[in-house]
Amino acid sequence: MKPDLSAQSVGLVTPQVAHFDTPFQLSNGATLDQHQLIFETYGELNASGTNAVLICHALSGSHHAAGIHDATEQRPGWWDLAIGPGKPIDTNRLFVVCSNNLGGCDGSTGPNTPMPGTSTPWGSQFPQPQVRDWVRSQKLLAEYLGISRWAAVVGGSLGGMQALQWAIDFPDWVEHCVALASAPGLTAQNIAFNEIARHAILSDPDFRGGNYLAQDALPVRGVALARMVGHLTYMSADGMSDRFGRELREESFSRDGDQERVFQVESYLRHQGARFSTRFDANTYVLMTRALDLFDLSEGYTNLTTALSRAEANFLLLSFSSDWRFAPQRSIEIRDALMAAGKAVTCANIQTDNGHDGFLLPHQTYERLLAEWMQRVGRS
Amino acid sequence: MINRLDLKTVLDWVPEGCSVLDLGCGDGAFLQRLCNDRHVIGVGVEIDADNLISAVQKGLDVIQEDINDGLNCFPNHRFDVVMLTHALQELTHPHIALARMVQIGKQAIVSFPNFGHWFCRMHLGFTGRMPMSRAMPRNWYDTPNIHFCTVRDFEALCLELEIDIIERATIAGSGQHLLAKIWPNLFATSAVYRICRSGQ
Repeated sequence: MKPDLSAQSVGLVTPQVAHFDTPFQLSNGATLDQHQLIFETYGELNASGTNAVLICHALSGSHHAAGIHDATEQRPGWWDLAIGPGKPIDTNRLFVVCSNNLGGCDGSTGPNTPMPGTSTPWGSQFPQPQVRDWVRSQKLLAEYLGISRWAAVVGGSLGGMQALQWAIDFPDWVEHCVALASAPGLTAQNIAFNEIARHAILSDPDFRGGNYLAQDALPVRGVALARMVGHLTYMSADGMSDRFGRELREESFSRDGDQERVFQVESYLRHQGARFSTRFDANTYVLMTRALDLFDLSEGYTNLTTALSRAEANFLLLSFSSDWRFAPQRSIEIRDALMAAGKAVTCANIQTDNGHDGFLLPHQTYERLLAEWMQRVGRS
Repeated sequence: MINRLDLKTVLDWVPEGCSVLDLGCGDGAFLQRLCNDRHVIGVGVEIDADNLISAVQKGLDVIQEDINDGLNCFPNHRFDVVMLTHALQELTHPHIALARMVQIGKQAIVSFPNFGHWFCRMHLGFTGRMPMSRAMPRNWYDTPNIHFCTVRDFEALCLELEIDIIERATIAGSGQHLLAKIWPNLFATSAVYRICRSGQ
């Protein structure tokens, strides 16, 4: 994919860093005396501050949601599809903020950053953040940016969980809430997949109990395997058949003998795994999957309906028909609870073979619907 | 601008500022009209994605669902009015939908084409074939209208389902309005009903 420098791109972007020197306590009781969040913004905040949109990233995402960092960057930000001038989240009129979650590995304080007063990375010592902790830390960032209310909080998958948590924890902060391919909590099957991924990482001899960076090692095999399993669950069987079929890789055409025959799908998964294993921090992967497992939108409330009754936002819920990781039924659970709570909600199930990745991939109906719904954001 | 006569009646019947669920809201044009003219809080249900996008474009909240099995997501008494206009005859189980509608809504408004109209009777009587007209242009085997009924059929079903008829309006061809009032089952091309659960 070539960088999109068309009129619809936010173009070159420079990440910024916000430092916080007041202690930040996490749900598990641990305290970070200081921390930093790396973030990007696109568009301009209006004088009345009514056009700010927060984008929450999913498991492997980062603060780099749109545009490119320099002219040589091969791929634009992870949601360039949706963010930009004239795009569904239109930077011509909205001020878009995306930060790397606390515990992430792209510049926010996390396992790969040094422990305070030392040069040793946190490694496995980094405390376990939860979705509600991320929400509170994003609120600190909002205040740092002079924002007192989000016109919308938007996210897919784990990002959608953050958006929903925002709407419950800080009702007067969230005017619109968009949760794509999301769920009120993981199923046993979801947790099982995460456990396999973690097991792959933890059992890599190079993991070194999580302190691989201090010991100059990198658990690339474990992370690659975790990513291969994860990636597989983000695709649908039909989508994979269409894309790969039983095609062999070009150079492995011989049927006679010694040359190893490699299917396209194998080659693809290996490539995805290898690329991810050097880009993404193993400890962050463990923390993020654990945060997913622990997430329960109704925690602290009698049920999902009472939890969502607190919200004041208008909701958009989109699911993707072939998503079996966060199946359409999970969005329906949220929808029904919102309906029972008397909230305003638009909900649709996009017909696609794109699986859980559907919210990141081009799809005409999806993009049109998101764009039309976003028209109501930032108008007040 | 409303072309369909049944919708003019519905517009008159929907109280100011109430909450409305429009089942099969299509592109949302009528629900938008209700929002503008009657200041209702409207929610649409629509299965078709293009229609849904058009309705969202109008600023409406829409749930993508099949009316045939999607009415359980709405809690009882959630809306003041639940509307189903000219779609009853397309449902797989009209009686189940009707029973549910008067639970979800304090009232329901239903309109449908009357198959007891003299034209249908004549057509069937003289040609021996299923009626087709400008309003019903499809053959019996490929029509979405799988459950046509007459005014008397509908009223009998209401009785069976313990549904009270609050009000009835009839739509008729030119010069037949009076006849339709007197003999609705013979002269009404379509009928509009305001109904609720018995004893409400």
